Amino acid sequence: MTHHFPALLIIVPLLSALIVSAMGWINRRWCFPLAVAALSGALAISVGLLTQVMATGPIAYKMAGWSPPIGITYVIDYLNAPILVVILAVALLNLIAAKTWIEKDFSEKIGAYLALYLLFLSGMVGIVSTGDAFNLYVLLEIGSLTGYALIGLGKERAPLSSLNYLFMGTIGASFYLLGIGYIYIATGTLNMADIASMIPQLAESGTLFLALIICMAGLFVKMALFPMHGWLPNAYSNAPSASAGLIAPLTTKVMIYAMVRLGLTVFTPQFTFSRGMLSEAIVWVAVAAIIAGSLLALMQRRLSRMLTYIIVAEVGYMVGGFWLGNEAGVTGATLHIINDAAMTLTLFLAVSAITWKLGSDKFEDLQGLFGKMPFTMMGFVIAALAVIGIPPTCGFFSKWYLITAGINAGQWAFVGALLFSSLTNAVLFFRIFEIAFFEPFATGHGHHDHGPTFSEAPLTMVVPLIVAAISLIALGLYSGDIVTKLIQLAIPAGIA
Amino acid sequence: MTDLLPLMAAKYNYWIYTILMMTGLYAMIAKNNLVKKIIGMNIFQTAIILFYVSIAYKTGGTLPIIMEGGHGGGHGAINAADYINPLPHTLMLTAIVVSVATMGVALALAIKVYRQYGTLEEDDINHQIRTQAGQ
Repeated sequence: MTHHFPALLIIVPLLSALIVSAMGWINRRWCFPLAVAALSGALAISVGLLTQVMATGPIAYKMAGWSPPIGITYVIDYLNAPILVVILAVALLNLIAAKTWIEKDFSEKIGAYLALYLLFLSGMVGIVSTGDAFNLYVLLEIGSLTGYALIGLGKERAPLSSLNYLFMGTIGASFYLLGIGYIYIATGTLNMADIASMIPQLAESGTLFLALIICMAGLFVKMALFPMHGWLPNAYSNAPSASAGLIAPLTTKVMIYAMVRLGLTVFTPQFTFSRGMLSEAIVWVAVAAIIAGSLLALMQRRLSRMLTYIIVAEVGYMVGGFWLGNEAGVTGATLHIINDAAMTLTLFLAVSAITWKLGSDKFEDLQGLFGKMPFTMMGFVIAALAVIGIPPTCGFFSKWYLITAGINAGQWAFVGALLFSSLTNAVLFFRIFEIAFFEPFATGHGHHDHGPTFSEAPLTMVVPLIVAAISLIALGLYSGDIVTKLIQLAIPAGIA
Repeated sequence: MTDLLPLMAAKYNYWIYTILMMTGLYAMIAKNNLVKKIIGMNIFQTAIILFYVSIAYKTGGTLPIIMEGGHGGGHGAINAADYINPLPHTLMLTAIVVSVATMGVALALAIKVYRQYGTLEEDDINHQIRTQAGQ
């Protein structure tokens, strides 16, 4: 049984999506428990895989027994095993936290909504675990198409934002597909390990270099690297709360994982970083992304919109760190995938709890929130400290690696951009703390106000939020172990 | 210029797919109507499908099928050099399914947008959003 875990990881969410969808017609009350059970099962499988990888090394699973390069392999190694656990944990926590939202917004369509939720996850988990470049494209589209639907189910501007996201997402995925075509022309194979074994003989190949550029360009659109970020703020801030908490932490991070996977395992670092011009240009784009994301975040007057621009800046951190091409940079970028997923989840859970109680997340409505929702705000503060990068939260450690990488590479603009972004994040979050803590609660009456009354969001929202917030500190405390026992083993030789 | 023309003629399939792809991309960026954008997206995806189909072609290649009976025993191309590469064609079956699914989702969203704003012209929709925000 345990040797089928890599296949079960995809099959469990995929089949349970169909079951949940059918259950929507029979008895709607069973949909939610079924989805939670399916995700818990998948999470347990991913934890099992992580311990297996840590004990015995990478696992290569042959789908239906066909050997590579003809068959499709699923590879679980030091790089993706921790990311799989994070993806499924994020999805499970968000699902529990979104229970009240889903029941309110989608009571009629709960079966369909949860089926989309699970299908989205089978796409994300598949992208992370597949060992076949074309299979990655198919799973990318499964994840994206369900993502468009999850966003488009929202009210007001959501369908339009989702349609714009679809246009950009399709351009990105199509470019990736085109790049795979060029890889196939150059190597005649689609299996990742097989491609990598042929790269040394093709080091001078122009076709392959073009393939690298086109694949990366496609992924940059999908991950919303500035200036291709236009779709992200609208799509994420207009999405229903239940979907935003799932898609915001996962989509961009999984795309960055795909970039790291292509750069390290498919093209091999020797080839990926062989053209200094390309790496340098991408790092400069990342610098622009960090600065523009931070400045645009400063201009927002709504909490969720501010967070979406912080995501744009964070994408710049990881892209820049990876393309610096040294060990600290790749380590920092990979560690930041895990940390940023957890941080974004915590922030979006807090926003969803605030929106549930206040019906809005505009800055002027946040007055007196510390007295009103102390537990939600506690989670929010921990997440904010992590985004700013204050030890012992996890955000500090990945940022430390990224800054070290910038110094080692002598790329001072990147170091400066990271420090600038940390300062801007501090300004952004302390401005909210000021409004929520010090500004008087608007009572609307002439007489003395008695301070805000305690009125916390439902327990199903607050408990996942607190768990996510504690995980930020735990990830920080264990970041040394994550780096030495997992990420450093995942980085192939040949990186300075 | 003398070098370019033979190159264009020899690799005309790449030029055709590039032109189709850019046509689609232009429609997605420049057109104001959402359905025209969706049509542009479909042209864009089809261009890539044509690219894959054309890279599998071999001059004088035949079908990768061995036919039984007929003229006394099976016949057909046995050597890889004699038949066209079936793999990119198979991959494109998947890509066609993906492009149909994308089209379906896009049209569903376009219907939702139309019901909400009563128009598919992006200018009008943005104008409506701006006037709503202004109130």
